[in-house]
Amino acid sequence: MAGRVGPRMVNSAEADARGLQRNRNDTAGRCVHRVEDMVNPIEIHGLVKTFGSTRALDGLDLVVSPGEVHGYLGPNGAGKSTTIRVLLGLLRADAGRVSLLGGDPWSEAATLHRRLAYVPGEVNLWPNLTGGEAIDLLGSLRGGLNEGRRRELVERFDLDPTKKGRSYSKGNRQKVAIVAALASEVQLLLLDEPTSGLDPLMESVFQACIDEFRDDGRTVLLSSHILAEAERLCDRVSILRAGRCVESGTLGELRHLRRTSISAETSKPPIGLDAVGGVHDLVVEGNRASFDIDTQSLDDALDVLRQAGLVSLTSQPPSLEELFLRHYGDQLATAEGMEPAR
Amino acid sequence: MTGAVTFLRHFLRRDRWMLLVWVLGGALLYVSQAIQVEGTYATQADLDKAAASMAHNAAFIAMLGPARALDTIGGQVAWQASAFGAILAGLMSMFLVGRHTRVEEETGRDELLRASPVGRLAPTTAALVTALLANVLLGVAVSLTLIAYRLGVPDSVALGAGLTLSGWVFTGTALLAAQLTASARSMYGIAGAIMGVAYALRAVGDLRNSALAWLSPIGWYQGMHAFSGLRWWPALLLLAGAAAVTAAAYVLFQHRDFGAGLLAARPGPARAAPRLRTGWGLAWQLQRGSVLGWALALLLFAAAFGAVGNDVTDVIGTSKASQDIFVQSPGDLIDSFYATAILMLAVIASAFAISSALRPRGEEDDGRVEPLLATALSRRRWLLAQIGTTAVGCLLVLLAAGVGLGAGYAAVTGDTHALITYPPAALPYIAPMLVLSGLTRLLYGVAPRAATLAWLALGFCVVVLLFGQLFHFPQWLLNLSPFQHLALTPAQDFTWAPFLGLLTVAALLSAAGQLAFQHRDVH
Repeated sequence: MAGRVGPRMVNSAEADARGLQRNRNDTAGRCVHRVEDMVNPIEIHGLVKTFGSTRALDGLDLVVSPGEVHGYLGPNGAGKSTTIRVLLGLLRADAGRVSLLGGDPWSEAATLHRRLAYVPGEVNLWPNLTGGEAIDLLGSLRGGLNEGRRRELVERFDLDPTKKGRSYSKGNRQKVAIVAALASEVQLLLLDEPTSGLDPLMESVFQACIDEFRDDGRTVLLSSHILAEAERLCDRVSILRAGRCVESGTLGELRHLRRTSISAETSKPPIGLDAVGGVHDLVVEGNRASFDIDTQSLDDALDVLRQAGLVSLTSQPPSLEELFLRHYGDQLATAEGMEPAR
Repeated sequence: MTGAVTFLRHFLRRDRWMLLVWVLGGALLYVSQAIQVEGTYATQADLDKAAASMAHNAAFIAMLGPARALDTIGGQVAWQASAFGAILAGLMSMFLVGRHTRVEEETGRDELLRASPVGRLAPTTAALVTALLANVLLGVAVSLTLIAYRLGVPDSVALGAGLTLSGWVFTGTALLAAQLTASARSMYGIAGAIMGVAYALRAVGDLRNSALAWLSPIGWYQGMHAFSGLRWWPALLLLAGAAAVTAAAYVLFQHRDFGAGLLAARPGPARAAPRLRTGWGLAWQLQRGSVLGWALALLLFAAAFGAVGNDVTDVIGTSKASQDIFVQSPGDLIDSFYATAILMLAVIASAFAISSALRPRGEEDDGRVEPLLATALSRRRWLLAQIGTTAVGCLLVLLAAGVGLGAGYAAVTGDTHALITYPPAALPYIAPMLVLSGLTRLLYGVAPRAATLAWLALGFCVVVLLFGQLFHFPQWLLNLSPFQHLALTPAQDFTWAPFLGLLTVAALLSAAGQLAFQHRDVH
C-alpha cells in the first residue's frame, strides 16, 4: 500500500528545501541525520475522504521531506485536521495512497506511532487526572519519555502539573499536549494548530522548541491558519483549499502570493501610484493613501511615496484569510454551501 | 433577572422528554405499590398477617420508614414509596439544577449566554424555577394517579404535595452544592451525599424511634402521616427548609466568581504512578469510581434483601402473582426466594455492565481517544483494556451483591453459613452480564451512535424476569434473555453447559464488536 519514494518524485522545491536544511545544519555546526538517505516521512497522493455526501478531502497530494518543518495552511474546514487524522490511522482513506514514515498509517498505526507525536488543536484531558499524569500516560504509551526533557519543558512552558484536567484553561491543556509530544523521542511531529490558546510568550517558547526539534534533523508537519507562524517556522508550505492542495513550495516560491497592505501619509498628494504595477485596491484621499501591493513592486511604490514626502507609513502583512479571499475568492464564492465541515 | 423567562423556556424545552420520564417514573413508583399490594395479598387477612410481620422487621423500617397503617393499601403505598420517592425527586432536582448551572459553567456554554444582555441571576433563577416546576409536576402526577386508583383524596394530595416539597428542599441543597465546587462531578457528589445523610438520619431515627428523623427532610415528609392520620404542619417545615437553603445558595452565588467554586480545587500528583501508565491502568482509573459505587450500592441493597431472613412466606404473601415473581425455581421456598433474589440482583448489576461497556463511547465522544490512539497504543489493546475492566468490574459488583445478601441474612438469622453459600451462587451470572456488555460492544463497534440501544436489551430482560412466568411468555421468547438459561443457584445445582454457552456468546459478540471497531473511523 505504502508508496515508496522514487527519484522522479524529488522535485526542485524539495531540493531547495534540502539545500536550506543542509545550510542550517552547517551553520549550526552539526549535522545529525543524513536526510538524503531517508524516506519522505509523509507522502500522500490522490487522497479522498468523504463523510456522507461531503467530500472532505478531494484528491489531495502532499509530500513532506525529511528534516523539514512543513507548514500545512488553509482556512477552517479545508481538510487539515482530516488529513492528520488519516495520517494517524483514525480515519480510513477512501481512495489514494498514503505513506507515513514509510509505512501504512492504517494497518501499521501502533508501530508507526512509536516514532511520532501528535498535538491536536483541541486538547481534551481526563477530568480527574492531573496534567502531569496525562503527560506520563501519553509518554509511556508512546514508549517512554525523556525525563530531563520533560522536566525542562514543564519549566519552560510554566505548566503546573498538579492541576486536574478539568481545571486547566484551554491554553494550559494545549501545553500539556505539547509537553507530552516534545518530551518524547520521536522522528516526526504532527501538529494540528498547536498554538491555539497559547499566549504570545508561550508561542515564542513553542517556536524555539520547534526550531530545536528541527535542528536535530527531525520532521514537523504544522497545520495552521496563521501565516506569521508558518513564516517564522516553516521551510516549506502547502496550501489547502476545499480538500485539495492548491500551492506547495518554499516560502520564496510562494512570494507571488504575498501582498503587503500599506497605508501612508505624505506632505503632498501622492501622484502616480496607480501607474505602479502590482498595486491593488488603491484609495487616495488628499494626503493619505492606502493600497495593497505585490511584494516585488514594493520598492517602486515607496519611491512614489517618498517623492510626495513621507510623513507616516504603516505596512501590514496580509492574513492568510485575506490571501485566500484574494486568490481563491471566485472559487470560494462557487464553493460556498458545500464547504466541508472539517 | 433580565432574560430569566427566555432561559426558563429554553430549559423546559430542552428537558421536556427527560421530565416526562422522571414524572412518569415517579407516578409509577407510587401507584405500582398499590397495584402490587392488591395483587399480592388476596384477602385482608393475608395483608394483616404481612403487615404484622413487616411492622416488626427492623430492616424494612430502616429502609422505608416508620411502619404506620400497613394493613391498608394507602398506608402501604405511603410506607413503601415515600422514602424512595423523596430520593427520586431529589435526584431529578439535582440533575436538573446541575445540568443548567454547573455543567453549563464548566463547559463554557454559560459564558457565551452570559455575555448577552441577561441578568446575573437569570440563568440560575431559571434553573431553579425549572426544578421547582418539575417537582410540582411530579407531585401532581403522583396525587392524580393515586386518586385515579380510588385512594382517599386528601391523603393522596398530601402524599404528592409532600413529595413536591421534599423535591424543593433537595433543589435548594443541589443549588447550594453547585456554588461550592467548580466541577459538576463533585457537585453531584456533594448533593448526593446530602441526600444520603438525610436518608440515613431518617433510617436511624425511625429504628430507634428517636427525634433524629426530624433532622431529615425525608423525615418531615413521612411525618405528614399520609393515609395514617394526615397532618399538614410538617409541610411547613419542608417549605421553610427549602426557602432557607435556596436563600443560602443565592447568598453564596453572589459571593463567588463565575466558573469558580467556594471550595478551592485540590492539586493532585505531578507524576503518574507506574500502574496508571498503561491502557489497563487508565481504564481502571477511569472506571474505578463507578465500580466501587455500584459494588457498595448492591452490597447495601442485597443486605436489605437478605435481612428478610426466614420471614419469606410472610413477605411475599400467598398470591400466585407474587410467587411467580419472587420464587422462580421449584424446591425449598426460602432457598428459592434467595436464588431469585440473586437473579434480580444480577439483572440490576447488568445496568453497570452496560454503562461500563458504553464508557469507550463516552471517551470517544469527548475526544479523549484520539490522543491515546496517536501513541503506540493500538485500537485493539485500548478496547481490550476497556473490556477487561468491564469484566473485572462485573465480577466485583456481583461478588458484593452475594456478600451483601449473605451478610444481611446472617445478621438477621445468625446463620453464618449464608456468607459462604451466597457469594459463589452469584458469580455464574457474570456470563449473562457479559452477554449484555458484549452486545453493547458490538453496537459500539458497528454504530457508536446507536450503542445506547443496548439498554433496550436490559429492559427486555427485566420484563422477562418480572412477567415471564406470570404471563406465560412462550419459551422461545424467554430464551432470548440470557438470564433464563442458568441454574438458579443456590436452590439448584450449578451446571456448566449453559454457563459456558453464554460465555461463548459473550465472547463472540465482543470479538465482533472489537473487529468492527478496528475497521471504522474514530472521531
